[in-house]
Order: sequence, then structure tokens, then C-alpha cells
Amino acid sequence: MDNSHDHLISALAADLRPVRRLAPPMLRALSWLAIVAVIAAALAVFADLAAMWHRIAATPDMTLAVLGSIATAVTAVLAAFELSLPDRSRAWALLPLPALALWLFASGLGCLRSYVLPDTHVAAPSETRDCLVFIVGLSVPLSAALIVMLRRAYTLTPALTATMAGLAAAAAAATLLNFFHPYDAAATDLAVHALAVSLVVAGSWLAGSRALQNSFVQGVTRGTSGPN
Amino acid sequence: MAAVRRFEHAMKRSEELRTVSDARRSALMVAAQAGDRAAYEKLLRDCMPFIVALARRQGVPADRAGDVVQEVLLTLHRARATYDPRRSFDAWLRVIVERRAIDVLRRVRRHGAREVHAPVAYQSRADETVDLSAGIEHEERVQRVGAALAQLPRRQREAVRALMLDEKSLDEAAVLTGRSKGSLKVSLHRALSALRLKMDRGD
Repeated sequence: MDNSHDHLISALAADLRPVRRLAPPMLRALSWLAIVAVIAAALAVFADLAAMWHRIAATPDMTLAVLGSIATAVTAVLAAFELSLPDRSRAWALLPLPALALWLFASGLGCLRSYVLPDTHVAAPSETRDCLVFIVGLSVPLSAALIVMLRRAYTLTPALTATMAGLAAAAAAATLLNFFHPYDAAATDLAVHALAVSLVVAGSWLAGSRALQNSFVQGVTRGTSGPN
Repeated sequence: MAAVRRFEHAMKRSEELRTVSDARRSALMVAAQAGDRAAYEKLLRDCMPFIVALARRQGVPADRAGDVVQEVLLTLHRARATYDPRRSFDAWLRVIVERRAIDVLRRVRRHGAREVHAPVAYQSRADETVDLSAGIEHEERVQRVGAALAQLPRRQREAVRALMLDEKSLDEAAVLTGRSKGSLKVSLHRALSALRLKMDRGD
């Protein structure tokens, strides 16, 4: 047993290359949010910002929902970067839950409004399909970029980390959807949003946990393959 | 009271020692991050007893502690960029050991659920590939060959014994018997022909 460890230690030492220490999770999360901000700025060029502000400001539940989705994106991406470090507590996964609850609650309020005010412009089926395509389409590159960034670290909880990454990407995409969403929230519309977010989180969980996997078998081949 | 004070003093001293060793390991890790192989090897060797002790405390059986050491060393290697020198190295390592120990324990349990330890059943299991009559037949054939061999002339018997049974080379057999190689070859050839004839006739 000791001999094999001696051998392993020599192999690992031979494989040693200088590494750059990772920046603190907060900074790494900010750099991903900066990517989102750049995309937001690019999309804002094509959006009717005045109408968007009016729509959000006029309805308190929409304001809360937007705040909730922004807060979900920020807390989920921070949780993902914390969880990407091997020594961090799994409790970080709880961080985005309050924001997620606010987001869901405020969106649920929006559903009620369509009953109270029957005069609202409810999105047609083709329009809700566009929402689905927008959220999923924007989430894929966002979560892919996030997974690539997370792979630089070394998570011991790949499924949890990937789920947080998916949640962050979906929340960011849903926030950006407000630029192009001239409808009042309705039950069908929100169901589609929920479906889109669930799809993204599930997809990230499935694909991302594999991409972030640092299992033993892989570790052996990676750890001892090299110039030796 | 003196005992309590002595105990407190010892506790404090062990804490100081721990922080000293922690600081030392942290410095070695920082050097390893910069690519210092000697420091890295020293660090890994230094960590091994710590890993084993922690794994045993987690309930990993002694014969599996080596698995945990291996997994932790590999994890440490792959994750070395994630260590932040402002934090405790021991705490960083401890979490990795605990997680890897859980992985190993899970594997041991899964393994244990699939396999049973039953040495008696293993030893007393019949080997179906063995033909019980084969041994008896073999014995009979040996006896027949031996009898046929005994009936051969002395020089032929000598050649068969040296070249076939004792597996000597022709040169060695020539030296041992004091005969020429040609003579041995002729004797062997005649002996084998005679034996084949006897065995075919079945006497």
C-alpha cells in the first residue's frame, strides 16, 4: 500500500505544473454577470425601453418578479462558484431559494391579475412559444459559458453545481425576456416561463453534471497521465 | 485545579502546534501552486497520516484507508488551483477527505451488498471441469508404459530414460551414458518403434 502511494506521489510531483490561483468566487460570479450585462446592453438597443419601464413600474407584481429573477440569477451564480470549490459547504445551494421564492410568488400574483382585470392583453399561443424559444435559446450559451468557467475549479458536488448554473442562466434569460415582452402576465404565459426555466435547469443538471464530474476513475487517468 | 490548568495549557499548546503545522502546509501548498516539486512531494507525504487518521475516524475500514489516500491525493492534485492561502489548509484538506471517505464507504457498502463472504462454500464447491475417471485411466496407462519399457533391451531403455524421461539433451545424454550421439539416436528410434507396437497391441 505504501509503495503504491510512493509511486503515486512521485507521479503527481512529476506532473506538477504551476497553476494560477482562482479568484474569489464573488469576483468570478461578477465576471459572468458582466457577460450577461453586455448581452443585456446589446439587446437593449433593439428593445422599447420606455414601454418596458412603464409596464414594469405600473404593476407592482411585475416589479417584484423582475427583482426576484435578477436576485435569483445573482445568488445562483454566486452559489455555483462557491460550490465549484471542493471545500465549500453544500448549504450554499440554499442561497438562491429566497430569491426564487420571491420570483415565483410575484409571478403567481400576476396570474391572479388576469382574473381580476379581464381587460389585459394575454399572449397568444404563438407568442408564448416565442418566449419559450427566447429563454431556452439564451440560456444555452449563458449556462455553457458558466459551465466552462466552473470547470476551471474542481467541484465535488457536480450535480448541485450544475443545477445552480442552470438556475442562474435561466433566471438571467427570463430577466432579459422583459425587454421583448409586451404582454401582461397570464397563467398560460407564466406556465410557459416556468416550463422554460425547468427545461434549462434540467438540461444543465443533466449535461453539466457530466461536464463537471471529477469522479475517481477520471481522476486516475487525468492525474497520472502526463509526461511520465 | 492544577490538573485543569495543565490540561488547558496542553490544549492550548496542541492548538498552537496545529496552527504551526497548518501554516507550514499552507506555505508548502503555495510553493506547489508555483510549481515547486520538492515542496509538493513533501506536502503530500506530510498529509498521508492526516488523511488516514481522518478516514479511519469517518469509519473507513483499515484495508480501505489506502483507497481514500489515493483518491484524496488525486483530488488534491487536480484541485490545487482552488486552494486559497488566506484560508486554513487543514480545513480545506479535511473537507476533501470527508467527501472522498464517504465515496469510498458508499462503494464498500455497495460491494458488500452484492458479495457474500463464505470461505467454506468456496472451498467445498465441486469443480465441474474435473473428470474423475481421468486419474484412474492415467494411472493404468503409466503402468502399461512402465511394463513395456521394462521389456526393452538395456541400451534402448537407457536411451529412453535419458532423452525422454529425464529430458536430457543429446550431448548431456552422451556424456552421462558414455555412448555416441548417433548410437543413442538409433536406440531411441528403435525403442519408440517397439513401444508403439507393444501399446497398439495392448499388452
